[in-house]
Amino acid sequence: MIVFNLNGKEAHVECDPMDRLSNILRYQLGLTGTKEGCNAGDCGSCTIILDENLCCSCLIPMGQIEGSDVTTIEGLGDGNVLSTMQQAFLDYGASQCGICIPGMVVSAEWLYRNTVNPKEKDIEDTLGGVLCRCTGYKKIIKCIADVTSQKYKRTAATNSPKKVIGSRINRLDGAPKVTGAEVFGADKIPMDALRIRVVRSPFNSANFIINKTPEFLEKNPGIIDILTADDIPGENYFGVIPEFSDQPVFAQNATRFVGEAVAAIVGEAKAINEFDLESFPIQWEAQPAVLYPKVATAIGAPRLHVQRTDNILIKGYVASGDTAGAFIDSVHTIENNYETPFIEHAYIEPEAGYAIRDGNRIIIHGCTQAPFMNRDSLSKILGLEPESVRVIPTGCGGGFGSKLDLSYQPYIALAAWKLDRPVGIVYSRNESMKTTTKRHPSEISIKVGCDENSRITAIDFHGTFNTGAYASWGPTVANRVPVHASGPYKVPNYLAKSIAVHTNNSPSGAFRGFGVPQAAIALETSLSELAQKANVDELDFRMLNVLRNGDPTVTGQVFDSGVGISKCLQAVRPAWERALRQSKKHNDKPENYIHKKGVGIATCWYGCGNTSMANPSTIKLGVKPSGQIVLHQGATDIGQGSNTVITQIAADALQTNISSIELVGPDTDLTPDAGKTSASRQTFISGGAALLAGEALREKILRHANVGENAQLKSSPTGLYIEDNGRAHKVDLSRLILDEFGYVLSVQESYDPLTTPLDSNGQGNPYALYGYGAQIAEVTVDIELGTVLIDRMTAAHDVGKAVNPTLIEGQIEGGIAQGIGLALMEEYQPGLTDNLHDYLIPTVGDMPEIDILIVEDPDCTAPNGIKGLGEHVLIPTAPAILNGIRNATGAKINQLPATPVRVLTAIKDVKLKSV
Amino acid sequence: MVISAVYVRPQKLEEAVELMSTDTWRILAGGTDIYPSIGENELKTSFMDLTNVSSLKGITEDQFFWRIGALATWADLLKTKLPPAFDALKQAAREIGSIQIQNRATIVGNICNASPAADGVPPLMILDAGIELTSINGLREVALKDFITGNREIARDKNEIVSCIKVPKIDLGSRSVFKKLGVRKYLVISITMVALKLSIGESGTIKRATLAVGACSAVAKRLLELEYLLEGKTTAEAGDLINDTYLADLTPITDVRATANYRKVATKILIQRSISSFENRNQDG
Repeated sequence: MIVFNLNGKEAHVECDPMDRLSNILRYQLGLTGTKEGCNAGDCGSCTIILDENLCCSCLIPMGQIEGSDVTTIEGLGDGNVLSTMQQAFLDYGASQCGICIPGMVVSAEWLYRNTVNPKEKDIEDTLGGVLCRCTGYKKIIKCIADVTSQKYKRTAATNSPKKVIGSRINRLDGAPKVTGAEVFGADKIPMDALRIRVVRSPFNSANFIINKTPEFLEKNPGIIDILTADDIPGENYFGVIPEFSDQPVFAQNATRFVGEAVAAIVGEAKAINEFDLESFPIQWEAQPAVLYPKVATAIGAPRLHVQRTDNILIKGYVASGDTAGAFIDSVHTIENNYETPFIEHAYIEPEAGYAIRDGNRIIIHGCTQAPFMNRDSLSKILGLEPESVRVIPTGCGGGFGSKLDLSYQPYIALAAWKLDRPVGIVYSRNESMKTTTKRHPSEISIKVGCDENSRITAIDFHGTFNTGAYASWGPTVANRVPVHASGPYKVPNYLAKSIAVHTNNSPSGAFRGFGVPQAAIALETSLSELAQKANVDELDFRMLNVLRNGDPTVTGQVFDSGVGISKCLQAVRPAWERALRQSKKHNDKPENYIHKKGVGIATCWYGCGNTSMANPSTIKLGVKPSGQIVLHQGATDIGQGSNTVITQIAADALQTNISSIELVGPDTDLTPDAGKTSASRQTFISGGAALLAGEALREKILRHANVGENAQLKSSPTGLYIEDNGRAHKVDLSRLILDEFGYVLSVQESYDPLTTPLDSNGQGNPYALYGYGAQIAEVTVDIELGTVLIDRMTAAHDVGKAVNPTLIEGQIEGGIAQGIGLALMEEYQPGLTDNLHDYLIPTVGDMPEIDILIVEDPDCTAPNGIKGLGEHVLIPTAPAILNGIRNATGAKINQLPATPVRVLTAIKDVKLKSV
Repeated sequence: MVISAVYVRPQKLEEAVELMSTDTWRILAGGTDIYPSIGENELKTSFMDLTNVSSLKGITEDQFFWRIGALATWADLLKTKLPPAFDALKQAAREIGSIQIQNRATIVGNICNASPAADGVPPLMILDAGIELTSINGLREVALKDFITGNREIARDKNEIVSCIKVPKIDLGSRSVFKKLGVRKYLVISITMVALKLSIGESGTIKRATLAVGACSAVAKRLLELEYLLEGKTTAEAGDLINDTYLADLTPITDVRATANYRKVATKILIQRSISSFENRNQDG
């Protein structure tokens, strides 16, 4: 028995003295505010205060805490009242997905209690041990700085502004994130649930035989069943794009990547945790594998999928004009080759969830970005109707594209279905990194040309994408890239080809931008070189060439409004000119010969929604007999803010205040399908549905109440009120009939933006609209060590109409953080960097100053003029940084990340050439 | 999930030493290296948790030595007032992992884990630190450079406990500096690191130099020839004298963090900058 003081009360625990404190807090004491993101001290999400000191509770043996004082996130607030720090986190928009926030808040509280007027350096030192993948840390730093310097004034929450669209209301789902009460995938697995562990391939490619014998179960009491492909009642494959479904739940006879599932053991938690996977009865025979596209497409290479010749999954193509001819007539041309590596999403929450069978239905609770897609895939695997599967998303501790795909869900669904008992799973960090999707590695060659007036004449682009063992989102990447590789520019002659090649690696899938960030690195760095060759300022060159309203894109699409790129460039111009002056002044001083400053610029465009495919969202609104208005919002909020933004849009359409709306969902039983959280589509498309639904419900209410069009609505659990011509009255709902959902009035509306298919030359209208952006990077390069410090980023993004500026800033700062990782440090190497100390993502100390300029150039065809933003923000960051490095030193980085080794090598190449 | 076959947490060093002679134990203090090494696989091991042995705590001094107890954490070190020669060790302390790690990880644990990239080793090497081992047979002392014998290998007998690091009170008034190169700011494993202690005479020339480099060989190395070279030079002229021959003892490898060649180049730069940082401090007064 171990006795210690936990949040001011005595706690008694029976456990192994080597059990991790984090594990006991979460799974024995039920304090799931403390998160486990890595179990190795790398992420800090398990941070607690132990006897006055910050510690990672995943590294503390229970045997050491006898008699100690432990304070967790649950011990910071005062009952239901948020602590000042927690309230400030909420008010500043410092939390997005919320998975790292307990670690952040505990660290911040500790600093607040122990340091008077801490400096920014103290704040960074305090947060240095807690990784965040969403926020870019800036709002967290600002929040802590203001609280600790007494600048922060706690005010009554004002979530009832007059105009809800455009106001900085607090995240509606924010309070549980700052208290640790938010339930993520691993947080509410029932105590009595069975656990499941997946047996995975140790080889890139292998044949295997499982000896599933009764003796195995006899020898391993507590293990109830072994699941293999034979146990799957429906189809043993899944995929995010139905025509490309190719990934087995359990491989049959052969595996195609390290970490591929072949079987799973199910049993009591203790037995499963203690089971030594080495003793699983399986025989392996390694087979030849192909790891790189060049090898995979070579003659005689082993084929991963019989039907896919040369291991080619798909090719993408967009062409217009005469590229070859245009290059002949070009005055200047630039040609470059690039390579980018696998990038890991590195969300702090590893995949987790549990499944329960309810009669002839199966219910899945867990983290996801796409509940309806998950439901439909799982129903096929289980041989059920889609309606027999219910997906209830928990909080999602970061997704960025990877949690669109199924990962843990089939195993728990299958086990719970077969054994009729709750079954839970929590991926380890290693398992999460090894087996889930990655950003596609790319090999890109590009040629760009311009005429004597510095007008772009032609672009020739070829990208090869390593798509791994299964299709996942490979087809989407291959289709999106040729459409976007032109950037937001007028390109009269254009040829872009992409190819997705299978290799024996974990599948490459969706990661913020679907291949477009890789393409933008090639284009934007080449354009800067071209501008310099033409002796034109890099910003002016872009300004000359960007698309304007009425110009055809490379797919021949013409927008009459909302082509906001020139406004973005105008917005960053003052920063560009200031930065150029400052860097020149700095570099001109002889004493700065080691630390060279450079300024880089890059732009982005990104089509919102699926490419040339229907992708409707449906939103439902109802009025309860009590008068309460309820919003059924099925767009999963993975931190980006759709719970808040969609509600703002609905409230605006209803002409009521935010607090009038009760929020339900997402839940595939309760909310209509709002599509997946990807492709920067939720604010635009689900927001569009919310606008239509809000208007429709308003009309119904006004008609029922027989009042004029200018009436204001107000709803609460005690009634629905209308204010018309200065007179308020309660709407009588008593004569209305209840519908099957318990509403007296309800509406359901869908929005599906108009797109057209692309023809054989890739011509057509793939997206109803694009969002635009431009970023400036100011960098300092140490020319002796090749290290790069990013001093400042200036980011201008066109969102059409800003729904919630705080959330927009959060997206931009977080996107820039991921862009910095992409540019400078991130490289997933299978088997070598399957953890968060070898795979490096930016820490709080790696973030520059960030200036944000929100540009509003509405698209008049879009609901409220709104555009998406989520992916755009990451796209220009890396190329802007690379341009900055080159402008500082002359060094061209063609292989990412720009590690000190590569930067120094490139600097030496410049010196050699200049000799 | 960790299953300890046996877990003991002795109160007294004598008890611990007694137990060490009876069985094979994995010694546990801060836990910051042990848990990550366990990973997701369970480990049926016998653990001896030393954290209750009060005689192993703290940083103390007597007439001849400073003693860094086996349980002294990096945070403890930062809170202790120490002579200038410990500056490099303190600078290393600030760069170990994160505050969370510095609060738990022990300096002795960093040595015993014997990673080639252990940030604590070069700053202790320039202090001519010794390792004190206790066993049922009594005390034994080994120089730090002889104690770490290879990548994750140490000269500790199965029945011994490292009771403290001993730093002789010689030349501790000299200042020291630590420079580490990593790809990000916090929570980062070094590509290379340099610890340098210089004693500078009235005339501005270097009287005595001690210099060690980490992460560029299986065990961090003192660069003795370079130390001799620096003696008698001014800091201003010393930097230019360094060439690759003085780094010949280093045998860096290529890994996920950097190439072997880069490590050499960067090490030379870090050494030069370490030297010139003394110059600046002289100017500062």
